[in-house]
Amino acid sequence: MNNSVTIQDLWVRRGERSVLEHLDLTIGGGVTGLLGPSGCGKSTLMRCLVGVQRIAGGTVRVFGEEAGSRGLRDRVGYVTQAVSVYQDLTVAENLRFFARVLGASRDQVDRAIGSVDLTSYRDDVVGRLSGGQQSRVSLAVALLGEPDLLVLDEPTVGLDPVLREDLWALFHRLARSGVAVFVSSHVMDEAERCDRLLLMREGRIIADGTPSEIKERADVDDVESAFLAIVREHAA
Amino acid sequence: MSLRVTLAVARRVLTQLRRDRRTLAMLLVLPCLLISLLWWIYDDADPRLFDRIGPALLAIFPVIVMFLVTSVTTLRERSSGTLERLLAMPLGKLDFLVGYAIAFGLVAAVQSILAVGVSVGLLGLDVAGPLWLLTVVAVVDAILGSALGLFVSAFAQTEFQAVQFMPAIVIPQLLLCGLLVPRDLLPDALHAVSDVLPLSYAVDAMQRLTTSSSTGPVWRDVAVVAALALGGLALGAATLRRRTS
Repeated sequence: MNNSVTIQDLWVRRGERSVLEHLDLTIGGGVTGLLGPSGCGKSTLMRCLVGVQRIAGGTVRVFGEEAGSRGLRDRVGYVTQAVSVYQDLTVAENLRFFARVLGASRDQVDRAIGSVDLTSYRDDVVGRLSGGQQSRVSLAVALLGEPDLLVLDEPTVGLDPVLREDLWALFHRLARSGVAVFVSSHVMDEAERCDRLLLMREGRIIADGTPSEIKERADVDDVESAFLAIVREHAA
Repeated sequence: MSLRVTLAVARRVLTQLRRDRRTLAMLLVLPCLLISLLWWIYDDADPRLFDRIGPALLAIFPVIVMFLVTSVTTLRERSSGTLERLLAMPLGKLDFLVGYAIAFGLVAAVQSILAVGVSVGLLGLDVAGPLWLLTVVAVVDAILGSALGLFVSAFAQTEFQAVQFMPAIVIPQLLLCGLLVPRDLLPDALHAVSDVLPLSYAVDAMQRLTTSSSTGPVWRDVAVVAALALGGLALGAATLRRRTS
């Protein structure tokens, strides 16, 4: 299968400190989860895929083109950790604005609002919605252009369990329709839902495989313990 | 650059303004109230002073107001992540800038029509040149204010800092633009400085319009303000980076 993303020898510095160093990674289809503690470089890696991160070396190619290049801007959907939508506009106004920028249709606006289950809130001002609802508006914007790659930085933080379940079902539905979904999380129980799992710590990928492979390799029953075992093994 | 995206940005900015009724009311009503206050101050003392200072204020309002509005709104776009999201989409920097300029230019046009209407219709300000040209000057001034605001927003981390740029960038221009002392009477060094400040030309344009019916020199001043505003927008564009660290 063709890889959606190919990263070679990626190096990112912030000031004197290396955030990512000599990172090699390929990402294919399905739902790929990026797990690791806060501050380990997850967001930086995601920003590299979208092409908004200044890099010190290496290459990041998405569908064969350099990340962030013009041809990719309507093929990659991106949700940052911050709710990057306009607080003083309604849900529909936000979506319609981004749809005009992307050249997406009104139908796509309705579909995006529906897929994050906000149809009954479409005329509410975003600033008055709950935190979880706001992050779903942000997610809806990323779904708008029907992207081929979805980069989601902790999209399920603060959501109630039922909704989290729904969103993961949505991610898998999108993945089945051919979208490469790349999701980060620091919640280990979400790891089980991924087709492929990357464990990240201090700027390095310390484990890569399906959740069951990773658990088997560490000989434990859950991903959290696997993470701990792998970290200890690395430290030893 | 794409017309569709530019107009989308302009429309979105106007929708946000429409939703913020208090800001919109202040944008439109405050200049009228302040200019009326000025007229009242001079009414007993020396009514001719109003004819000298009134036009300068008509140039200064759009610059100050649009400076504040633009620096705070673009800072908000930078810090909320909406700018990063937009730059990761098929949006040109010019689409963003021109979209903002169109929206605020329109607001400035309405603001100026109201302020000029009050000044000429109610307060008896004498305008020798064509009235519509006053609005043209005001719109160019507003774009200048927006360009300056956009530029400083790159150097502010918080909205509080952004507002502090107003005394740093706008007030010196206000002191030197001929509002307090005609520019010809300034000390030589200050006169030279005032010659390179955009607000001086904005105020000159308004004062010429009210005192003479020949429009040639006005257009020359407008051209200078427009050129400096475009320079400011170009500098502002340089601060919009797709890749940040």
